[in-house]
Amino acid sequence: MHELAITVIGPDRTGIVADVAEALAAVGANLTDSTMTRLRGHFAMTLICTGPTAAQAEQALEPITAAGLIATVRKVEPEADDRPTGEPYLVSVHGADRLGIVAAVTRVVAGAGGNITDLTTRLTGPLYVMVAEVDLPAGAADELAEHLAVAAAELGVDVTVRRAESEIL
Amino acid sequence: MSDPELEWAGPEGRVLPVVTAPASVLGAVGEEVDPTDPEVVRLAADLVSTMRVSPGCVGLAAPQVGVGAQVFCVDVTGHPKAATTHGTFVLCNPKIIEASRWRPGREGCMSVPDLTGDVKRAGRIVVEAVLPGTGEPVTVATDAFEARALQHEIDHCAGKLFLDRVAGAHAIYQRKVYL
Repeated sequence: MHELAITVIGPDRTGIVADVAEALAAVGANLTDSTMTRLRGHFAMTLICTGPTAAQAEQALEPITAAGLIATVRKVEPEADDRPTGEPYLVSVHGADRLGIVAAVTRVVAGAGGNITDLTTRLTGPLYVMVAEVDLPAGAADELAEHLAVAAAELGVDVTVRRAESEIL
Repeated sequence: MSDPELEWAGPEGRVLPVVTAPASVLGAVGEEVDPTDPEVVRLAADLVSTMRVSPGCVGLAAPQVGVGAQVFCVDVTGHPKAATTHGTFVLCNPKIIEASRWRPGREGCMSVPDLTGDVKRAGRIVVEAVLPGTGEPVTVATDAFEARALQHEIDHCAGKLFLDRVAGAHAIYQRKVYL
């Protein structure tokens, strides 16, 4: 069983997901984890699928790339089941847009041993917003918050670190 | 219990421009105010007048009109998600002393006009504050949408936006479509 990482991106229009999913299903590709969203008018898909070879998947996606979308297919090693082992935190950053906000903030997070598991950024007018979900080693949150406060002051942005809540029912 | 009348009955105020993020005043902790200061009463009136002319606006805090002070107004009258309502009122130096029944909900903000976000807020709260003008202390117990509005405005007074409380990386949403 082959495991493939596939990305598709292009100007948003109706039917992109249907076209891609149909093409992959036709060569027996089983979509496992995926994320698909609109980024400033571009539709972006990142997905892992199992089944066909990379060459088969690429061929299946040819009509899609011919229609103006960019697709990449890579063979990846089967999932190393690395479930998060730390404590889940959320980091919010907002402020005037400038170069290097994500770079500076995520470097501080990495320095604290924090693993980013999900991250979204939005630019609306002059406002830049970043929300990151971070898996932190036990007891690292307070120090991370201090270091982020220093980085935020240098960047001229506001930053908040807080525990992500989840109720297991 | 005889609370002084909450309902705003002050003078007509000016309609002020609403400040939007990333203005620094929105990220600064507001100063405690002297509620009997005529400037504070004038600010309260301005907040109410500005809220009233803004479509869909159910609350406005001083930092949103560029003043770093712990003053805000709220009016959720007639809102479909409201249960308890206290009409139009203005509070100074608010403190949340009880909060329970936490629930998620989607919020927007006049100071972040292009985004909304999912934020967990207490569905029942008790707030202590003082009234502009008289300076009388009041205790406001409320629930549902009025509780959410109060927490949103009290956050503004502390230099916080809903963006600081969103529930996850996928909990912010574009309000307008840019093509």
